[in-house]
Amino acid sequence: MTQVEKMTDMIAKFVGHTAKKLPDDVIAKLQELRAKEDSPMAKVIYDTMFRNQELAVKLDRPSCQDTGVLQFWVKCGTKFPLIDDLEALLKEAVIKATFETPLRHNSVETFDEYNTGKNVGKGTPTVFWDIVPHSDKCEIYTYMAGGGCTLPGYAMVLMPGEGYEGVTKFVLDRMTTYGLNACPPLLVGVGVATSVETAALLSKKALMRPIGSHNPNERAAKMEKLLEDGINAIGLGPQGMGGNYAVMGVNIENTARHPSAIGVAVNVGCWSHRRGHIIFDKDLNCEVLSHSGVKF
Amino acid sequence: MSVEIRDGKKILVTPISAEDLKDIKIGDIVYLSGSLTTCRDVAHRRVVEEGREIPVDVRNNAILHAGPIIRPIDPDNGKFEMVSVGPTTSMRMEKFEYDFVKITGVRVIIGKGGMKENTSNACKDFGAIHCVIPAGNAVVAAVCVEEIVKAEWRDLGMPETLWNCRVKEFGPLIVSIDSQGRNYFEEKKIEYNKRKDEQVAKISEQVKFIK
Ligand code: SF4
Repeated sequence: MTQVEKMTDMIAKFVGHTAKKLPDDVIAKLQELRAKEDSPMAKVIYDTMFRNQELAVKLDRPSCQDTGVLQFWVKCGTKFPLIDDLEALLKEAVIKATFETPLRHNSVETFDEYNTGKNVGKGTPTVFWDIVPHSDKCEIYTYMAGGGCTLPGYAMVLMPGEGYEGVTKFVLDRMTTYGLNACPPLLVGVGVATSVETAALLSKKALMRPIGSHNPNERAAKMEKLLEDGINAIGLGPQGMGGNYAVMGVNIENTARHPSAIGVAVNVGCWSHRRGHIIFDKDLNCEVLSHSGVKF
Repeated sequence: MSVEIRDGKKILVTPISAEDLKDIKIGDIVYLSGSLTTCRDVAHRRVVEEGREIPVDVRNNAILHAGPIIRPIDPDNGKFEMVSVGPTTSMRMEKFEYDFVKITGVRVIIGKGGMKENTSNACKDFGAIHCVIPAGNAVVAAVCVEEIVKAEWRDLGMPETLWNCRVKEFGPLIVSIDSQGRNYFEEKKIEYNKRKDEQVAKISEQVKFIK
């Protein structure tokens, strides 16, 4: 088996695993939130969610029927031996995972408007690249991006006069509309940057950060906490049906901005936040950081 | 009697009458046993806009807004297995739902998220309810399906086919529109928006970073 085939197999297997089992940080947070709900309705909803995740593992089936579009966030060292093959190999891995797991066929070619039946197409899976100089490692976040949660996000550019007050309003306004229908409790990703697309990209990147992590900037971290408490206080609860907690966390990612623009974007991961995180060294020895107990 | 209580669970058993739904209120949690048919966008359009007769009898029974993953066991003899099924956004069917309920006589509509006046008027006028099943729980829902009894309008492809299922204690279902026409999500949204505005004001006081 070539190294390319080996890595393809490993990614396919890992992607399949993430369709059936949530990452450790998400499970821990859902357990914590479950214990803090007191209404009978919220309790029934959490009981169902936990029973579903148990059954998914037991019966070896994807836990949610929407297995999304696969999106990969790749932090690849310039010296990683398979860098040239990576994008093709990820596509191949998705095809493999689609038939082995099985995953739903979620790739429709635009304009020609037909489902490819393979879960990949022109530009799907999505691959976001971060190139890391002087490194021979490759770090990959895998993500199953669902049609009702993380694919429809929102971004716009505010005028500086609107300030961070405007950012707050932008995020909270989306929570009672978009967030409500995205299967709370949510992980909320917020991008604050200089343009519409940089903010949008960061709002997605923010969802790759573990739950409970904080932005290194003190004010940004404070805003994460304020937004988290504020969204919880709206009372959306699990599934938007009402309850004490509606978010697993708020992660803000930021860059500098042009003096006359504040780019802001919000993107949410649903309770079924199927994010994986795996690191390969140059010989394809790998470490899985998101899920305990994965064996290759 | 079409409402049974078992282990403290309220179970609606098809066929269901308008009378059976009388005491069921928004926010109640119920389960469904009996006949449940998946039915979504194009099927609604065929019934309402094209006036075609629905090939599965849903009168006094239930429909589910969903596109499932099905595994064929013996497709020539109509044998299939439900692998995974979860609700899809009900709001897409809102436009058709008043006429759909009127024409078909369906009693229980199950989906994801809220619906609006067309559906709440239908529920009130014809004695029906809309419920949501917590989304993202495809395996729980699939194991409640005992058998796929028949599959109609298969020309629509797997997600849109009418999969008529015999289900056992399918749920939990949270009643979002009751047969009086009360709408859980619409009532909740008023509360949510009020609290949201309070929170925006409160947080804004603490994020005046541009001075
Ligand atoms: S929002 Fe998430 S949990 Fe809900 S249906 Fe979509 S993918 Fe599944």
